Formats: sequence, C-alpha cells, structure tokens
Amino acid sequence: MSVKSQSIQSKKQTGQDERLKKISPLRVLLNRPELGALGGSILVFIFFGIVAGDTGMFSAYGALNFLDVSANLGIIAIAAAMLMIGGEFDLSIGSMIGFAGICIAIPAIYWGWPLWMSITFAFAMAVLIGYFNGIMVVRTGLPSFIVTLAMLFILRGATLAITRLITGRTQVPGLRVLIEDDPIAWIFATDTFQWLFTWLGKMKLIALRTDGTPLATGIPPSVIWFIALTLFATWILMKTRYGNWIFASGGDKVGATNVGVPVGRVKISLFIGTAVASTIFACIQVLDAGSADTMRGTLKELEAIAAAVVGGCLLTGGYGSAIGAALGAIIFGTVSMGIFYTDVDTDWFKVFLGAMMLIAVVFNNYIRRKVTENK
Amino acid sequence: MSEYLVQFNNISKFFGKVIALKDVTMRLRKGEIMCLLGDNGAGKSTLIKTLAGVHKPDEGEIIFEDKKIIFDSPRDALDIGIGTVYQDLALVSLMSVTRNFFMGREPQKGIPFFKTFDVEKANKIAAERMGQIGIDVRDPSQAVGTMSGGERQCLAISRAIYFGAKVLVLDEPTSALGVHQASMVLKYIVKAASEGLAVILITHNVHHAYPVGNSFTVLNRGRSMGTFQKKDISREKLLSMMAGGEELDKLEVELKEMDRVART
Ligand SMILES: Nc1ncnc2c1ncn2[C@@H]1O[C@H](COP(=O)(O)OP(=O)(O)OP(=O)(O)O)[C@@H](O)[C@H]1O
Ligand SMILES: [Mg+2]
Repeated sequence: MSVKSQSIQSKKQTGQDERLKKISPLRVLLNRPELGALGGSILVFIFFGIVAGDTGMFSAYGALNFLDVSANLGIIAIAAAMLMIGGEFDLSIGSMIGFAGICIAIPAIYWGWPLWMSITFAFAMAVLIGYFNGIMVVRTGLPSFIVTLAMLFILRGATLAITRLITGRTQVPGLRVLIEDDPIAWIFATDTFQWLFTWLGKMKLIALRTDGTPLATGIPPSVIWFIALTLFATWILMKTRYGNWIFASGGDKVGATNVGVPVGRVKISLFIGTAVASTIFACIQVLDAGSADTMRGTLKELEAIAAAVVGGCLLTGGYGSAIGAALGAIIFGTVSMGIFYTDVDTDWFKVFLGAMMLIAVVFNNYIRRKVTENK
Repeated sequence: MSEYLVQFNNISKFFGKVIALKDVTMRLRKGEIMCLLGDNGAGKSTLIKTLAGVHKPDEGEIIFEDKKIIFDSPRDALDIGIGTVYQDLALVSLMSVTRNFFMGREPQKGIPFFKTFDVEKANKIAAERMGQIGIDVRDPSQAVGTMSGGERQCLAISRAIYFGAKVLVLDEPTSALGVHQASMVLKYIVKAASEGLAVILITHNVHHAYPVGNSFTVLNRGRSMGTFQKKDISREKLLSMMAGGEELDKLEVELKEMDRVART
C-alpha cells in the first residue's frame, strides 16, 4: 500500500509516468538510424587526419575535392534512401544518369536547342521514367528490384544506341561554350562563395596558382545541392504528413493502405524522386565536364544504395534517414579520395566499400530487432 | 430516409475459386450494436472489409445514408466517418504510437505548401484517447513494435473510435485484452452507440457479444444464417449457432473420458 501511494505521489510530483525510466540522451541517440554512419564518418576523418594529415588532403583544395565527390554521390544517395524507406529499390539510377546526360547534350549540340530547353527536356524525361518505374511496381506488384533492373538495361542500351545513331560516337562534347548566358545552366554550374576564396587567397590563407588566383575557386555546385537536398529530405521525412506516409508505406504496405495512406502515389513519387536526383547529378557532371558520356553513372545505383544502407536504411523499408544517407555518402567520398593521399593501393577502395556495407547491415539488423521486438 | 444507416444488400465476394461471401444481407440502424458471429473462415472479416473500402463486393451493394456507395480505397470510407479496427490491427511496428495513431490522417499546421505534421497536438490527442480506454501511454514516441499485444490492440481501437464519426467496425478487438481492458472497451462501444454511432462488432466470445449486442448476425461458410434481435434469442441458442455450444459439451465429455482412461 505504501509503495503504491508513493509511486502515485511521485507521478504527481514529476508529472511523469512512474513506469517511464529516465531515458538518457545517449539512449535517444542510439535509437536514431544515422548513429552508425555518424560514428563511421568520425572514424574515417580521424583515420585520414592521422595518415594523410600533412599531404594536402585537408587543404581547401583537397577538402573541396573529396566534398565534391561525396556531394555528387550524396545527391542520389538521399533520393535512394527515401525510396528505400518507402520500401522499394531503384537500380536504374546509374543508367538514368547516362540517359539524362545525352538528353541534355544531343538536343543542345545537334538540334540547336538552347541549353535551358534541353535541361528541361531531361527533367521531363526523368519524371516520365520515374513514373513508369513506379506505376509498373505499384500496378504489377512485382519486386522493384526486377522492374528497375530491366530499366537499368533498357536505359543504358537506349543511351548507347541513340547516341551512336545520331552522333556516331559515344561522347558528346562541346557543351561548355553554351553555359554562359544560359538562364538555367548556372544553377548546376556555378561555384559559390568565390569572393570568400579570393579573399582567403589574398590573405595567403589558401594555396594559390602561379598567376595569383586561388587554387580552390569556390564551393562547387554539387555541395550546395547536396546540403539543400539533405535539409529538404530531412524536413520531409521528419516534419511533414508526406514523410509519415513514406515511413508507413515502407513499414507495412497493407496496414498503411487500410488506414488511408495512398501508398501507390507515395511510391510513384519516390521513384520520380530518384530519377530526378539522377538528372540533377547528370546536369552537374555534364556541365562541369562540358561533355556527355554514354557510360556516365555506371554502377552509381549500387553506390547510392550502399551509402543509404551505411546511413541506416533497412533493406526491408520503413526505417532510415536522409542525414544518415548523406553521412554514408561522405564516408565513401572521403575514403575514395583520401586513399589517393595514402600509400594504400586504390584498388582497396572497393574492398573497403564492401566491408563497410557488411558491417552496416549487421549493425542495422541488430537495431531493427531492438526497435521492433517486444522485449 | 430509411430507418437504416448502413445496408449490405446481397453482398458476394469471390477470391478466385473461393466463395468468401454469398448473398449476405445485413442492416444496421443508428445507435445499434450489431454482433457479427461465425466460425473461422466464415467471411466476417471479408464482409466488414467491403464496408471499410478494402474490398469491392463482386455482387450486391452497400447503401450508406440512403446512397449507394462505391469505395475506391479505405481513404474514402474514412472520409465519410467509417472507422475500422482490423483483425491484424494495421499498425506499423517501426513507427511511433503517435505516427501510427494519425497514419493517413495527420493533423497539419502552417501555411500552404509548407505545412508540417503537428506532432505536439498529435501526441496530446493520442495519449488522451488511449488514456480513455485505460492505457497509460508512457511515451508517445515509443515504437509500436515494443508495445504489448493488448496495448497495440487498444491503440488500434482508440484510433478507430477517434476517426469513426458515424460507423465503428471492430474485428475481434478484445482478443488480446485482459478482463479490465476488455470491459473498458465494451463500455466504450456501448457509449459510442448511445451517441448515435452504428457499431459492428466481430467476436468469438459470446460473453462479450451477448451483453452489449442489440442484434446478432451469424455467418456460416460465407452465407448469412440470419439476423436475430436480442429478445428473440438466448445466449445458449446463440452459442450453439456459433457452432460452439455442442462442441464444447462434446469436448467436456471427451476430456472426462481421457481423464478416466489415464487414471485406470
Ligand atoms: N485476400 C484473400 N485472398 C484469397 N482468399 C481470401 C482472402 N481473404 C479471405 N479469403 C478467404 O475467404 C474466407 C473468409 O475469410 P475471412 O477472413 O473473412 O474469415 P473470418 O470469418 O474473418 O475468419 P476468422 O474468424 O478466422 O477471422 C476464407 O476461406 C479465406 O481463406
Ligand atoms: Mg477474421
């Protein structure tokens, strides 16, 4: 009796349920999907800080380099992560990148379209292809793995065939001159904060070229896109109704449908999301290189999925985060560039990528069991 | 306006070669608690899923407030105030209590295009509503997968009660509940009916069905054996119609026999 009244009293005093153990901030963090990726990226930075700290990897130029690689991967990894949370895969990301590239280049170079029009055309194609992937998966109930694997071959094949048919080659160069004066292209092709780098150069704080201009000229567009997309995706997932629908669709399709979540529409929109992200990736790379290559983006779908998995996404859907995928991309980008600054043979990068994924999957599986099972 | 709120008229539903329902007719008034009874596989869940918008009936029609209704999805049913507790509960175990409670019908705040999910309001309502049927939600951000079976069932029930403004459908809502929670839920059902809702209650427990029900429809192998008013049928008659009475008697005899054999 005294025990009971005591517990009731304690409830009154603290306004909290007496069965609720105080959860430490650490425990809250442990339940977040991006925890593993956060730990991983800290380890990676410590490692290269020690091994390659004095090689120029962490100079402004070096850092922007590995950030650029991470950011490019991150753009597609975030979209892949959202789709995975929604319970599906997209294996056609890499082929979509190649296809979007020629959708920009061929009309601009061979048909004389203004660049903005061909960029718009590429995005329109992306929406169509994403919609097609989505509707196929939703209507047929086939695994997205199969549907998008088919799309992987179709798009890559079409990219090669169309390019060779029209140009007789597998590359379409000559885009760089079109970027200037274009009303849209700058969105994907401008280095920002150039004044900052010029100033830093003047102050002799960062490395200069022989002509006195700084070696690193500004933040590359990929990094800005990457940051913006991470924030946008996180906002959607955590703060909006649509975000709740994404988790619900991936967590339990039937249950979600039965309580009124438009699961089909959610999934289709996520497939459009991955195709559009691939096109953003393609725009940035094509305008940066000044040419489209039919093989661009090869195997990128697997890297994007790997980054999402390292970032805490469950392969079965319903769990994951955009920040986690962003961190996963940073891990891969940093290691793939950092390895150049060490004595390690770059061939080992793929070994690392695989090992990292395995560890992540084992870790995620453990977390999932902890979260879903009634202890 | 007819006296009925919901009418199932000659509903049939086929899954391939399986005849899940054949010519089932059932009518409900406002404020009525209809108990839907029958063996496993009799078609009870299938029948209520035609009202919840999950299945489209292959034959027959559903009349709601004197209008024939055709639902394209469960969303349409929810929109007109039909709240359902599914037998499998339709909860996502990786998601929190609140996110499950409002799944598909999240309250929003903010300006158009930048609307956000109003989590504070949702937390408050979810905890309050579950409190009303006797579940103390310790932490609305707890994942549903870590809740007990009964707690999960109560979550699904309070969700259906919250969103079911006109009709409340409960498919074996008390199967995992203790005596206390079960009677809380039953009390709540009676209260909802007294406020003018029509309630369909599916249960295998005649001790739950008989006290609260006003009328009883018994399904057997996809066909209706008729609807009975409470005054027309005794608890024992109902039990035997559910194909339970005689079998339980037989079971008792068999157990005695086994006991006797074991002793000798
Ligand atoms: N989606 C489906 N596909 C094929 N057959 C189905 C489907 N849903 C139900 N059935 C079949 O229809 C019949 C009726 O099923 P239903 O779930 O309605 O039974 P029930 O009365 O709810 O049984 P229980 O008391 O076990 O819940 C069963 O024989 C079942 O196998
Ligand atoms: Mg059933």
